[in-house]
Parts: sequence; structure tokens; C-alpha cells
Amino acid sequence: MRTYLEFEKPIAQLEAKIEELRHLGSEGKINIADEVAKLEAKAERMRHSTFSRLTAWQKVQVARHPERPHGLDYIQGLMTEFNELAGDRNFAEDRALIGGIARFRGRSVVILAQEKGHDMKSRVEHNFGMAKPEGYRKAIRLMRLADRFNLPIITLVDTSGAYPGIEAEARGQAEAIARSIETCLEVGVPIISVVIGEGGSGGAIAIATGNSVLMLEHAVYSVISPEGCASILWRSADQAQIAAEALKLTAKDLFSLGIIDQIIEEPSGGSHRSPTEAITRVGDAIEASLNRLANLSRDEIKQNRRQKYIEIGKKGLV
Amino acid sequence: MSWLTNFVRPKVQVSSDRSGETPDNLWLKCNGCGAMSFHRELESNHQICKDCDYHLRLSAVARLNLLLDKGYKRLKLPAVVVDPLKFRDRKKYTERLKDAQANSADTDALLVGYGTIHNVNAVVAVFDFDFMAGSMGVAVGEGLLHAAAKAVETGSALIVIPASGGARMQEGILSLMQMPRSTVAVAMVREAKLPYIVVLTDPTTGGVSASFAMLGDITLAEPGATVGFAGARVIEETIREKLPEGFQKAEYLLQHGIVDAVVHRHELKDRLGEMISLLMIPDRVSNRGDRGAIAQNQSSQSSLPGQSHAATP
Ligand SMILES: [Zn+2]
Repeated sequence: MRTYLEFEKPIAQLEAKIEELRHLGSEGKINIADEVAKLEAKAERMRHSTFSRLTAWQKVQVARHPERPHGLDYIQGLMTEFNELAGDRNFAEDRALIGGIARFRGRSVVILAQEKGHDMKSRVEHNFGMAKPEGYRKAIRLMRLADRFNLPIITLVDTSGAYPGIEAEARGQAEAIARSIETCLEVGVPIISVVIGEGGSGGAIAIATGNSVLMLEHAVYSVISPEGCASILWRSADQAQIAAEALKLTAKDLFSLGIIDQIIEEPSGGSHRSPTEAITRVGDAIEASLNRLANLSRDEIKQNRRQKYIEIGKKGLV
Repeated sequence: MSWLTNFVRPKVQVSSDRSGETPDNLWLKCNGCGAMSFHRELESNHQICKDCDYHLRLSAVARLNLLLDKGYKRLKLPAVVVDPLKFRDRKKYTERLKDAQANSADTDALLVGYGTIHNVNAVVAVFDFDFMAGSMGVAVGEGLLHAAAKAVETGSALIVIPASGGARMQEGILSLMQMPRSTVAVAMVREAKLPYIVVLTDPTTGGVSASFAMLGDITLAEPGATVGFAGARVIEETIREKLPEGFQKAEYLLQHGIVDAVVHRHELKDRLGEMISLLMIPDRVSNRGDRGAIAQNQSSQSSLPGQSHAATP
């Protein structure tokens, strides 16, 4: 059973109709090839026009879509010889942030990916993608490993935010995030970060302080969730749609603000409709970024990243 | 929540009117014990309640005056892009900024002073919580970068004193970007082998806590200060549990190994002076004097003759 978002319903109805016709056709009762082709074309136009005009709030829904490919899907689709490396060596293993070494199109890399899970059981296992201090400390450990062996780091960002809990605070959630950002800035290897779904505030930037920050077309990236922002500034979570617009959290806005380097176009109807295609496009963009950074020295890589963040914010929206 | 909102006027007229300055009859209620204190009395005690030792919020300017030796200078901070997102909630961000600026001598939430602390070079960057809850946007991030550059240029320790609810939401993603930007500031000071000390004051939360504020070579906290990543309300809503007594308070952080020491405001200057002197001037004769020996140098205010000391390269 597919999940359809409210604004996808007309598309869903048309697709159901096509399915029905196909079924009739396969029973050989009528020749429906022409009719199906016509409706297919119409559905494609509909998907295109709907998804090219998504509001910020609709993008938030798409970014959180349960069938959207998640971190582990990308690892499976893009990496070979993936060797998962667990634990922060201090307290625990955190399954909200998966890490390891792998081969990406011929290159050895360190991969870090936030994973939300896809059903109740896996969501609980991955704590809904909300990492605790241990997750960020594991990320730090693996970034240091990458630095030592001169391996590029690929990070896939998809979290509503770092976990807000008593134990997480007691073990230094703030410090863990701060050190993770610091480590991102220190390593002499390229960091390519891709916001594949939700880029939730400090929990995201902790692993997204990269040389190249890429973002899927319908992903969102924000300092606070629209719901949280609305409840603070509008005093009502019902104003989340308005807050989503005001926060300028879409890939297009972030590109014009100079926060991200590239928008990766999603397949028609969003990544959840064609996960394999979406994963390949992300892979291509990562590969292109790695190639661009391949000839820089370790010091240049570090300076390039530092300079990028010093420059950010010197301009606003025009 | 600002303690300023708690002010009440006394029912009895103040008997001794010592000066003509206004407001003369302002009394403040202590958040710790509820006792009423005359504002001038609090001021002379650096906003610490005489009855219960509760640390009320100290203004950013008073903080600079408290910590830096006389004659310190203010660092002029650069103008930055104003309202980068053209943000408006129930009110335009530009109007909120104007209101905040009207109530402040400064243009944003960070003030930077430079000079010496007990004759050792120091740059002190202080958050002004009264300015939009000390929230961090582009101006604050830029201010921290400039403070760090000044520390490097003058061979000074960098001391940062956050008091902030976190990110400036009205600057959206650009406020989030101040987390890596402020971390670059810390890196600049580290690379110059100068001390970077953080004094956590009430409150330090959100994106401020999860960046430069947790990266000190030494991290101190004021008694009773609330410091943490997630706000108490968000945590309660997430886990649906009551939070333990003293949760996210300075003393709790000390117990959990997150800060080096909780330091009383009256001792803060001496402790900072001593720490940066220990880190920057390894061969100096102790300025506190040998307690067992002839008491020739009892005041921690006194120091080596004359000049300031830059870091040894
Ligand atoms: Zn009191």
C-alpha cells in the first residue's frame, strides 16, 4: 500500500484508473493500449505540474514521506563492500546515525548516514533518526578515521533533530554536536554532505559542515521545525504552514542564500515514487563533487571549507 | 524569562534618597528567595542576592566592567546584512530589531571588550540577553569572528560569556550557519595557541550551547545557570516525564562532567585572571604570593610591574 499525501490524491486516482484499465486489458477484453498511453502521459503531466509547484509546507511533507528513500537505502544503493562500524567507544552504539567504510564507485570512503527507519520496529531501533550524543561521538570517531587514512567523507542528512531527552543532556548532547562540527572543520579530507530528507537544525549541521553541501529538490533544511517555529513565534503550531514559508527552508531558497552548493533534481513525483532513480542521481552528484575536490591538498580542503563558512551569511535574499 | 519582568514598586516610600538618578524607588524581587532588594544594593553586589546568593542576570556592560581591568576598550563590530530572509511573523523582524536596538546602546546581542584581566591580555565577548534573548544571528557570529581575530592580533586570551536562548529564528538557516562560523572563530584562537575560556551564564541553550559554548579549553559556569541543548519543555513533551530537580543547572553540569568548575560571580575575575595567567605565562612568580611566606602580594589585583603579557609564541 502506497502512502499518498493530501495533494497527491488526484494523481493517485488517475494512477488507480490506469491500473484498472491495464487489468482489463490483460484479460484481453478490450484493446486499451492507446487509452493507457494517453492517461500515462496525463499522469506524468500531473506529477510534473504538482511537484514543480510545491509550497514550502508541502515540501516538508514530501521530505518526511515514509516511503522516501532513507540513509540505509542510499548506502545499499550506492556503496559496495560496506563495512558498518559501530559505537562511540564510551557509552553506546547509536542506530540513529549509521557509519562505516565502503567503496563508492571505486573510491574508499567513510559514510555517515542518519536513518529514520521505515516501519514501527525499525523506527524504534533507529530512534526515529534522532541521534544521541553517542551518535555524534561515533561520527567524530569515524571522521578521524577518514582523516587518518585520507578517505573522503560522505554524510547523508535526514533527521528531525538531535534527540531531546534527559539522558542525552546528561551525557552532553550540546558538547557532542559542537565537537562534531569542530571535527568537520578540522579534517583534511573532503566532506560531501547531502540533505536527502529533513535537515533538522543542530542535529543536521553536526554532520553537514561540508566542502560541498548538496540537497535533493524536495528536501528541507531549517534551524527549527516549522511546527516549533510557529508555536514560539506565532504562539500556535497551527501556523506551521506560514512558518514553513517564512523560514525559507526549501532547496531553492537555500541555494539562492548560498547555503547549499547544488540542488539535485528529483524524479517526477518525488523520490518516493522512483527511489532507485533518486539514489542514482544523488550518487552522480556526489561523484561529481568528489571529482571537483580531488586535486586539492589537505590544507586546501580545510581552508576551502573554513572560508566557505566565513563567507556564508554575507548576503541575504535578493 | 527576564528577572526584569519581576520588578515591583514598593508600597512604602524609600526613605533615603541618595541621589537624583532615576529610577530611585526601584525594588527587585529575587528569583531565588523572593526577597526584595533595592536596585542599587543589587548593583553594588553585581546582581547577587545578599540573602540567598542567587545570581540575577548581569547586563553585558556590567559584565565587561566586572571582568576587564579599567581602561579596556570596546571592539567596534562590523555591520552585517540586516533581515536576510525578509522575515515576518506576527511582527516584522526589522521592527523587532528596531525595538531591541531602541532599548540598547548596541546594534545586536554581542558586545566585545578588549584589554587585560589582572594585567594579562584578554578579549571578552559577552552576550546581551536583553537583546532578543541573546539569540545568535549573523551579527553575533560575525562579532565572535572579530573577537577571535582581535585575540589573535593582540595575543590575548579569548573569553566568551554566552547568555542566549539559542538561534535567532528570524534569520532562519543563516542563524544555524553561525554554529560552524563561531566554531571557526574558536579554531582561529586555538591555532594561535591562545586560551579560549567559556563562562556559561543563565541561560545558555540551543544552537549556542551546541557550538562555540561547549568548545572551551576551560568551561566555567555561574551558579544556578541553566545550560543545555534542548529546552525543558521540549524534553518534557518528548519523553512525557517530569524533569529531575536541578536538571540542566550549572551544578548538574559539574556533576555530569560537562564543566570544569562552577564559579561564584564575586570570584570570577580572579579565577579567570589566574587561569589565563597560568596558561599564558608559565614562568611567572605567583601573583598571589606564597601563603606561608611573607605576605607581600596579598591582593590578587597586584601583579608584575607594568605591562600586559602577550602569549609566548
Ligand atoms: Zn535571594
